[in-house]
Amino acid sequence: MSVKSLFLCGFLLTAAPFIAAAQGFGGLGTEAEGFAVPTPAPEFNFPADHGAHPDYRIEWWYLTANMTGPDGTPYGLQWTLFRSALSPFATAGWDSPQIWLGHAAVTTATEHYTAERFARDGIGQAGVTPAPFEAWIDDWHMRGPNFDTLNLRASGAQFAYDVDLRAQGPLIFHGDRGYSVKSEQGQASYYYSQPFFALDGTLSLPDGEIPVTGTAWLDREWSSQPLASDQTGWDWFSLSFDGGRKLMGFRLRQADGSYFTSGTWIAPDGQTTALPNGSFTAEPLETTQINERAVPTRWQVRVPEYDVDVTVSAMNPGAWMDLSVAYWEGPVTVSGSDSGIGYLEMTGYD
Amino acid sequence: MTATGLSALWSHWRRNPLQLFTLVAGLALATALWSGVQAVNAEARASYDAAAATLGEGQYDQLLPAAGSDIAQETFIALRRAGWLVGPVVEGQIGPAGTPVRLVGIDPLTAPGGLGPVGGGSMDLPQFLSEQPVFANAATAAKLEGLIDAPLVIEPTIAPDTAITDIFVAQRLLGAQGRLNRLILAPEQPVGRPALENIAPDLTRRAAQGGSDVGRLTDSFHLNLTAFGLLSFAVGIFIVHGAIGLAFEQRRAMVRTLRALGMPLRRLIVLMASELLVLALIGGVLGVSLGYIVAATLLPDVAATLKGLYGAQVSGALQLRPAWWLSGLAISVLGTAIAATGALISVARMPLLASAQPRAWATYRARARQIQMAMSVALLATALILALVGEGLVMGFGLLACLLIGAALALPLVLDGMLWLASVRARSVVAQWFWADTRQQLPGLSLALMALLLAMAANVGVSTMVSSFRLTFTGFLDQRLASEIYVSAQSVQQARALEAFAAPLTSEVLPLLSVEATLAGLPAELYGARIGATYRDNWGLLAAAPNVWDSVAAGDALLVNEQLARRAGLWVGDDLRIGPQTVLPIAGVFGDYGNPIGQAIVSEPLFSTLHPQVTALRFGLRTDDAEALRNALTDDFGLPAASITDQAQIKAFSLAVFERTFTVTAALNVLTLSVAGFAIFMSLLTLAGMRLPQLAPAWALGMTRRRLGQLELMRAVVLAALTTACALPLGLALAWVLLAVVNVEAFGWRLPMYVFPRDYAVLGLFALAAALLAAAWPARRLARTPPADLLKVFANER
Repeated sequence: MSVKSLFLCGFLLTAAPFIAAAQGFGGLGTEAEGFAVPTPAPEFNFPADHGAHPDYRIEWWYLTANMTGPDGTPYGLQWTLFRSALSPFATAGWDSPQIWLGHAAVTTATEHYTAERFARDGIGQAGVTPAPFEAWIDDWHMRGPNFDTLNLRASGAQFAYDVDLRAQGPLIFHGDRGYSVKSEQGQASYYYSQPFFALDGTLSLPDGEIPVTGTAWLDREWSSQPLASDQTGWDWFSLSFDGGRKLMGFRLRQADGSYFTSGTWIAPDGQTTALPNGSFTAEPLETTQINERAVPTRWQVRVPEYDVDVTVSAMNPGAWMDLSVAYWEGPVTVSGSDSGIGYLEMTGYD
Repeated sequence: MTATGLSALWSHWRRNPLQLFTLVAGLALATALWSGVQAVNAEARASYDAAAATLGEGQYDQLLPAAGSDIAQETFIALRRAGWLVGPVVEGQIGPAGTPVRLVGIDPLTAPGGLGPVGGGSMDLPQFLSEQPVFANAATAAKLEGLIDAPLVIEPTIAPDTAITDIFVAQRLLGAQGRLNRLILAPEQPVGRPALENIAPDLTRRAAQGGSDVGRLTDSFHLNLTAFGLLSFAVGIFIVHGAIGLAFEQRRAMVRTLRALGMPLRRLIVLMASELLVLALIGGVLGVSLGYIVAATLLPDVAATLKGLYGAQVSGALQLRPAWWLSGLAISVLGTAIAATGALISVARMPLLASAQPRAWATYRARARQIQMAMSVALLATALILALVGEGLVMGFGLLACLLIGAALALPLVLDGMLWLASVRARSVVAQWFWADTRQQLPGLSLALMALLLAMAANVGVSTMVSSFRLTFTGFLDQRLASEIYVSAQSVQQARALEAFAAPLTSEVLPLLSVEATLAGLPAELYGARIGATYRDNWGLLAAAPNVWDSVAAGDALLVNEQLARRAGLWVGDDLRIGPQTVLPIAGVFGDYGNPIGQAIVSEPLFSTLHPQVTALRFGLRTDDAEALRNALTDDFGLPAASITDQAQIKAFSLAVFERTFTVTAALNVLTLSVAGFAIFMSLLTLAGMRLPQLAPAWALGMTRRRLGQLELMRAVVLAALTTACALPLGLALAWVLLAVVNVEAFGWRLPMYVFPRDYAVLGLFALAAALLAAAWPARRLARTPPADLLKVFANER
C-alpha cells in the first residue's frame, strides 16, 4: 500500500500533533540514523521478507477489501498491522524497542466501525512470523500456511469479522521492482502488493452476522525515512476496473502546493508498468465536512497513457478513522471511462 | 475630607490598641482554624485522587488472582490473544525498611487511558519507553535516590509513597520477571470474546467500585474535621462581631461629630467599610499563615490516622495551594461582612443628633430580646422538624446548623433567667448586688459566652462521637478478631496442608472464604463461614431471628451487614437472592463498621456449593496457647513468620490508630477552647474600663478593691459554669445528630451512642480554667485601680 501508514507509525515515534514543519508528517521526515535505508533494485527473499524487518523504522501489513452481502449490499473492510521501531533491533522481553499498532474497520453505506490496538514487542502480544505466515496483535490475526492462503480476523466493541483470502494472481512490485520512490529528493520504501485476493467470510455487525464475498488488496511496505520533510499529506487510490485491470496511484501533497505522484498499472495477468511522477493525476471534485475538516470524497482520476479518466466516489463519505491518529479510509466506486471498485486513503486533513 | 475622616477613624484604634488587637486576632483565629482544617482535608483528598488516578483503582474493573498474589505473564498474553483488553500491573515494595515505597509498573500501551504520568502527557511514549524513568513525588523520589538505578522524575500528582514506572523497569527492580499482580480491564471490550473462565479460570473480576474506594471510607473522618472547622469559624466570628460592635458603639460620638462637620453619610459608611476590609484582609493573611501552621502540625497525625484506619496514603507534607489563600481571605472578609452589617446599618440609621452615649453595654432592650427569642425558638423548632422528617446529608448539616445557632441565641436568655432566679434567692446585700451586677454585665459578655457554648458543645459532641466510635469499633474488633492467630497460605495445596496440620493443635479452624457479588443490586461480598462456637459465642447481632445460628449453619438462612440491610431496605425475615437459584431469608443483621460495601454470610457448605472454585487461603485459628501454636506453625510446618498475624497485634495496632485520632481531636479541642477563652478575656477587658461607674459606688460604700477583684473573678467562673451546664446537653444533642443522623446518611451505619461523664467533667474544668485565666488579668487590674480613678467617677458628671 502506500505512504499512508508511514504517517501513522511516525506519529508513534513522536506522539506529537502534526505540524507542517521541516519534519514532515509526524516525524516521518526525520533522519534515518542507525536504521537501514531502502536501496534501489532490491532482491526480495520470500517468505522471509513477508515477516518483520526490525532494522527499518516502520513497516506494515495492510489489507483492504470490497465485499457484498447476499443481497448485493456493498461493504468495505480494513485490517492493518503497523510496526514502529524506537531502535533498529528486536529482543525478547518488555524492553524490545518495537511497538505494534493495529487498525481495523468495517464500512457500510451509512456506518463506519473502527477499532485500534497497541502492543509491545517481545512478549508475544503482537508480531509477524513469515512461515507459516502469521501477523497478529491481540485476537486479531492474518495467518495461513503461506502468503496466498490466509484467514483474517479482527474485532471491536461493535463489530468483528472472520474472512478467508485466496490469491488469484501473483505478487505485484511497485516502482522499480519494489523500490518505490516517494519524492524528488529520493526518499523511498520497499513496496509490494497482493491485489488479487478473492474473499469470503462473515461480518458481525450490531444488526447481526452477514456472509460476504469479494476481493481484497494486501500491501506490504517498509522503510526508515519514506517522506521528504516538506510533504504534508497524501491521497492514495487502489482501483480494480471491470475486466481485471487494476491501478494503484498516490499523490503526495507538498508544502509549496505542488504534488508528487506515482502509480502502478496492473494488467489482468499481473504485468505491471510503473507510472512516473505526473503520469497519474487526481483532482478533488467534492469535499465532505467531517468534524470541521473539508475532506475530498469525490475525485477525478486520470492516467492518459491508458485512457483512464474516471470519477472516484466514496461509498460512505463519513469513513473517518477517528483513532489515535486520524485519517480517512474507505471503499469507493469508479465510473467514467472505466467502472469498478476500490479503496481510498487520505491523510493530512486534520 | 476623606483624609480627615480616615485619620479620625484611625484615631479610635490608636487610642484603643487592645480593641484593634481583638478584632484582628479574632479574625485571624477564626480564619486560621477554618483554613487549617480545610487544608488538612484538601491535602488528604488530593492524595486519594492521586492514588485513584495513578493506579486506576476505583475507575476500572480489575482481574485479580483468586489465590495468591501473582498472575503469570502468559495469562496476560492469553487474555489479550483471546480479545480481552487488559493492561498489566506489577507492584511491590522497594526502598527503606519501615517506610517502603510501593513501586507500580504499568504498560502504557495497554493501560486504559489516564493511568499515570504517561497518560497525562508529561512525557511522550518513546521517551518513556527508551529512558525508562521512575515517576514519584518529591518526597518519595528523595527516599528512592541512590536505591535504584533508574532515572527518577518528580511528578507531584503521584500519590505519596508510590512510584510509577514502565512494567519492564518494575519487574527488573522488583525481581519479578514474568510475573504480574493484577490486570486492569479497559471499559470497552470487543464483541465475541470467550468467557473469562475459559481463558483464565484462576482470575476473579473485581468491580471498579468498592474495596478500594478510600474516599468514601475516610469521609467520616473528614466530616469530623469539617464540623470542627465550621464550629471554630463560628466561634471566631462571634469574637469579631463583638469587637466590631464595640468599636462602632464607642465611635458613635465621632460619627456624630464627623457628620455634623459635614461629612456625607455615604462617604462615611464607605470609609468605615473600607477600613474593615483592610482589617479583614490583614486578619485573613495572618489567619491563613496561622492556619498553615495548624495544618502542618496536624497533618502528620491526620495522615497517620487515615493510613492506619483505612490504609489510605496521605502525604504528610503540606503543599501551599493558591485556592487555600483565596478561600482563607474570602472567609475572613465574608465573616467581617456578616459581623459588621448590623453595625453599619445602625450607623446609617443613626439620627444626626443622636445621643453619643455608648449603648451597647446597656441592659437588653425588650424588643431585641423578643426578636432574639423568636429566632431561637424558630431555629430550634426547625431543627426538631428536620430531625423528625428530614432526609439526606444536607438535611443533617442543616439540622446541626439550626440546633447550634438556635441554642447559641437562646443562651443569654437562659443565663439571664438563671441569674434572675439566683438574685431572687440571694439574701445578703452583697450577694444581691453580685447577681444583679452579673445580670447587668450579661449583654456585654453574651457573645463571648455564646462562643464558649459552641466551643464546649463542639468538644462534647465530637469527642462523644469519636469515643463512641472507638468503643463500638473495639467491641466490633473483639467480635471480628475472635481467632487468636491468623495465617495465610500461598497456594491451594499449602492451604490444605495447613488446615490439616492445624486442626489437631487448635480448638477451631475458621477458613476465610469470600467472593465479590452483587446483592440486591448493590456491590457486595459474599462470605462463607464455618459456624461453630466462635461465631455463636462472639458475634453480637443488631437484630436476629430465633435460632439464628442453627438456621444459618443448616444453610436455611443468611446474615447481612447493616450497610446492606439499610441500603437495600431489608431486615430480618426478608429474602435475599445470592445465586441464580438461591434465595434465602435473612436471619440476622450484624454491625460492620468501617466497611464501605454490603456483606452477606452463609454457611461454608452452602458457599462451596455456590462457588466451588473458591478455596480459602486464609484461616483464623482458635487456641489457648497462641505462642505454642505460632512456634509449631513456623518451626514444624515451615510457614514464614510474615504469613502469621497475631490477633493481639492487630488490636494493638487498631487502638494505636485511635490514639492518633484522639491526638487530632484533642488538639482541636484545645484550640477551640482557647479561642473561646480569648473571647471572654477580650470582653472582660473591654468591660473593665467601662464598668468603673458601676463599681465606684460599691467601693465608696466600703467594699475593698481586692474584694471587688475577687467578685469579678467569681463572676467569670459562675458565668462559665452556667454556660458549661448549658453546653453539656447541647453537646450531647450534637453528638446524637452526628451519630444517629449524619453518620447513617453518610455511611449507612448507625453508631450506638455512649456517654463519657468523666471526659465531660474534664472538659468542664478546662472551660472553667479558661474562664478563670481569661478573667484573671482584668480582675487584677480592677483590684489595682488607683482610688483616684474610682473617685473621678463621682467628679465627672456623666
